[in-house]
Amino acid sequence: MDFEYTQEEQAFRQEVRDFLDKNLPPWEQRGPGFMAEWLKKVRGKCWVGFSWPKEVGGGGGNIMEQVILKEEMARRRAPALGTCFMGLAWVGPGIIKYGTEEQKQRFIPEILDSKYQWCTGYSEPNVGSDLASLQCKAVRDGDSYVINGTKIWTSLAPFADWISMLVRTDNSSESKHEGITSLLVKLDSPGIDIQPIENMAGASIFAQIFFDNVRVPVENRLGEEGKGWEVTISSLANERSSIGEVTAMYEKLENLKELIKKARKNGKPARKDVGVRRRIAEFESRIEAMRLNGLRYLTKQIKGEPLSSETSVNKLHRALLEIDMTDFAVDILGQAGLQLSGQEEAVDHGRWATAALSWPDVVIGGGTPNIQKNIVAERILGLPKD
Amino acid sequence: MNFGFTQEQDLLRDQVRRFLDDNCAMPEVRKIMKQPSGVSADLWQQMADLGLLGLIIPAEFGGVGLFWEDLIVVLEETGRSLFPSPFISTTLAASTLVELGNAAQKKKWLPEIASGNTIAACAILDEHDCPQLDNITLAISSERTLTGDKSFVPDAGIADLFLVAFRDGDELALALIARDEPGVDTSTTATMDESKRTGTLKLDNVSIDASNLLQCDGKAMTRLLDKGSVAVTAEMIGAAETVLEMTTQYAKDRIQFGHPIGKYQGVKHRLAEIYLDIESFKSLLYYAAWTIDQSPDELSRSASIAKAYASDAFVAIGIEGVQLHGAIGFTAEYDVQLFLKRSKWARPMFGDSDYHYERIAALGGL
Ligand SMILES: Cc1cc2nc3c(=O)[nH]c(=O)nc-3n(C[C@H](O)[C@H](O)[C@H](O)COP(=O)(O)OP(=O)(O)OC[C@H]3O[C@@H](n4cnc5c(N)ncnc54)[C@H](O)[C@@H]3O)c2cc1C
Repeated sequence: MDFEYTQEEQAFRQEVRDFLDKNLPPWEQRGPGFMAEWLKKVRGKCWVGFSWPKEVGGGGGNIMEQVILKEEMARRRAPALGTCFMGLAWVGPGIIKYGTEEQKQRFIPEILDSKYQWCTGYSEPNVGSDLASLQCKAVRDGDSYVINGTKIWTSLAPFADWISMLVRTDNSSESKHEGITSLLVKLDSPGIDIQPIENMAGASIFAQIFFDNVRVPVENRLGEEGKGWEVTISSLANERSSIGEVTAMYEKLENLKELIKKARKNGKPARKDVGVRRRIAEFESRIEAMRLNGLRYLTKQIKGEPLSSETSVNKLHRALLEIDMTDFAVDILGQAGLQLSGQEEAVDHGRWATAALSWPDVVIGGGTPNIQKNIVAERILGLPKD
Repeated sequence: MNFGFTQEQDLLRDQVRRFLDDNCAMPEVRKIMKQPSGVSADLWQQMADLGLLGLIIPAEFGGVGLFWEDLIVVLEETGRSLFPSPFISTTLAASTLVELGNAAQKKKWLPEIASGNTIAACAILDEHDCPQLDNITLAISSERTLTGDKSFVPDAGIADLFLVAFRDGDELALALIARDEPGVDTSTTATMDESKRTGTLKLDNVSIDASNLLQCDGKAMTRLLDKGSVAVTAEMIGAAETVLEMTTQYAKDRIQFGHPIGKYQGVKHRLAEIYLDIESFKSLLYYAAWTIDQSPDELSRSASIAKAYASDAFVAIGIEGVQLHGAIGFTAEYDVQLFLKRSKWARPMFGDSDYHYERIAALGGL
C-alpha cells in the first residue's frame, strides 16, 4: 500500500490550487461577469472535458489527474467546469466513442464550449427502472426518423436545446435490449411539446416531453440502428470511483458540524448530546468508508482492471447518506429547520430545508437503491435474477 | 497511489489459507475449542515454522520483519476459519515489545515468541472492558509490587508472558511478567464463543523492577489499544466473509415456493447489504493497518472508524446469517452459529461502537 502522490501528481495538484487561488474569489466578491470569465479560463486550461482525448479538444488527463482535479475543485466548492452538464457527463463521451467523424466535429466543440444545454431522454411514464422496456417509437422514413411518444422526468428539459434520447425502432426482437436506437434531437423541432413538472422542493427542473411526428435526420443517429442499448450502457459506465463526490460529502459534514455547534437538543447544547455525537460520527465513518472504497476502486483502474458492479457500493452509501444527513440537519433545527429560503427564521437561507427535499435527485435519479442492491446480489454474489 | 495488496501479500494469503484449510477445517476447529486449553500445540508450532508468529518481529530477533499491513492478511484468514489460537494476543504483545522493549528484553523474549515457545497476552484494563486509559487502575505499591486481579484477559490461561498495565503514581506503566514468577496465577473463563478463551490474571505481591518495565506512557498505551482494535477488526472481516459465502451458497441451493430463496429480494437484498458493509469495513481496516506503521498520527481515528463500523456490521451479519438459514442455522451442528458467537465476542473487544463513535466525534472536534 502506498498513499503517496508522484511528483508530477503533486505538481498538478499545486497547479490546480494556484489556479483556484487566483481565479476563484470568495462567494461575496463574485460579480455578474464571474461565471462567463470562469468558464473561459477553465476552458483555456483544457480542464473542460479533461478526461477526453486531446484530438477532440479534451484535456487528455490521466485517471489520477482527473481525480486530483475533481478533489481540488470540490474542496474549494468551485462551480462546474461548464454549464452543459449532461453533455460533459455522458452525451459527449458517448459521441466520442460511438459518433461518426461529422458528429464529433459538430457536437464536441459545442459541448466543450457549453454552447447548448443537453438533456437525457430515457424514462417514460411506464418505463423507469426497467429501462430496456422503453416504448417511445421512431420509424425510418427516407432520410429521417419520425418519433412518436413521450419521455418524462427529463432533467433540464425546460432549459435545454438538445436531447440525447432512446427510442424503439424495432419491436420484433425477442430481447427487449435489441431494437433500441439512440438519437440526438434538437428540441425546437416541430412536434415537440415540453411540459415542466414541479418537484416537492418547488422547483421545475424536470419535464415531460411529448413527441408528435417529430422528424429527425438520420445523420443524428448515434451508433447503429437497434444498438442504442450498448451506447447507453457504455456512456453511463463513464461514472467512476466517486472520489470527487466524497470530497463534497466531507464538506457537507463540516457544515453539519458547524450547525451542531450552534444548535440545541433537549434544551442543551446539541454538541454535548450523546445521540447527536454518535450520528455525526456514523456519518463521518460512512463517508470515510466511501473515500477508501473509492481509493481501492481507483487502484483497480490504475492497474487497468475495469470497474464494474462494485461501484454500486458507493452509490448506495451516497444515496443513504444524502437522505440521512439532510434529514438529520432539519431534525436538529426543529421548527426553524422547516423554513425555506426567504422565510423569516430560515437557517442558512433555508439550505438544509431545501436539501431535505432534494435527495431524490441522487437517490432515484441514477438507479434506485433497490436496483443497486439487485446489481450487487446478482452480478457480484451470483444470486438468481428476479 | 496504490490501495491494494502486493503480489507477496497475495501469496501470503494463499499460503495461510491453504495451511488452515488443510489443517484446521471446521471439524478440527470444533475439536480444538472443546479442549480445556482451547489451542492445538501442534498447529501453533506449525504457525511458528511458517514464520507467522514472528511476522512483524525484526529479523535480528528471529522474525520476518514485516508490517501490520502484512499481518492483517494473516488475521483475515485466521478469522475466516475461526482458527482457535492466542495469535492476536501474542502478536499484539510482540508488536508492543518491539516498540517499547529495551535491548535485553527484546533479546530475551522476541526469539522465544517467534519460535512458538512463548505465548504472550496483554492484561491492560481493570474495572470494565472500555479501553479508556482511566480504566487502568491497578497501582504499584510503595514496595514496588503489584497485587490485584486483571479480569477478562484474552488467553490468560495459556500465556507464558504477560504485558501488565498499571499506575505508578500519576504515570501509566507497562510491565513484563512471566507466568512462572512468584505470586502469579491465572484462571481460564469460558465464553459463549468457545473458539476464544479469556481469563483472570491474579497478581499477589509480584515485584517489579527496571528489568521488567517497558518504556510506556499514555500515548504508547493508546497505541497498543488501537492496534488491538485493528487486529480484532481484521479477524472480523474474515469471519464476516465466511458468513456471506455460506449464506449466499445456501440461498442458491435452498428451494422454497419453487425457486432458490436467493431469488427473493427479502433474502438477496440483505446479502447485498452485507456485501456493502464488508467491502466498507475492509477498506477502513486496510487503511487503519497501514497507518500503524506509516502514519501513526492517524491511527486513533482510523482504528476507531474501522472498529466502530465493523462492530455493528458484524453483529448484524452474524444474526442475519443464522436467520437467513432458517431452523438449520439454529442447530449446534451447523457452523453458521459459531460465527454469530464470534461476532458477540468481537463487539466489546477493545471497545464497542458506542465507545469508538464517541471517540470519533471528539477527534472530529465536537
Ligand atoms: C430528480 C430526478 C431526475 C431525473 N432525471 C432524469 C433524466 O434526466 N432523464 C431520464 O430519462 N430520467 C430521469 N429520471 C428518472 C429516473 O431515471 C427514474 O425515476 C428511475 O430510473 C426510477 O424509475 P421510476 O421513477 O419509474 O420508478 P420505478 O422503476 O417505477 O420504481 C418505483 C419503485 O419500485 C422499485 N423497483 C422497481 N423495480 C424494482 C425491482 N426489480 N426490484 C425491487 N424494487 C424495484 C424502485 O426501487 C422504486 O422504489 C429522474 C428522476 C429523478 C427523481
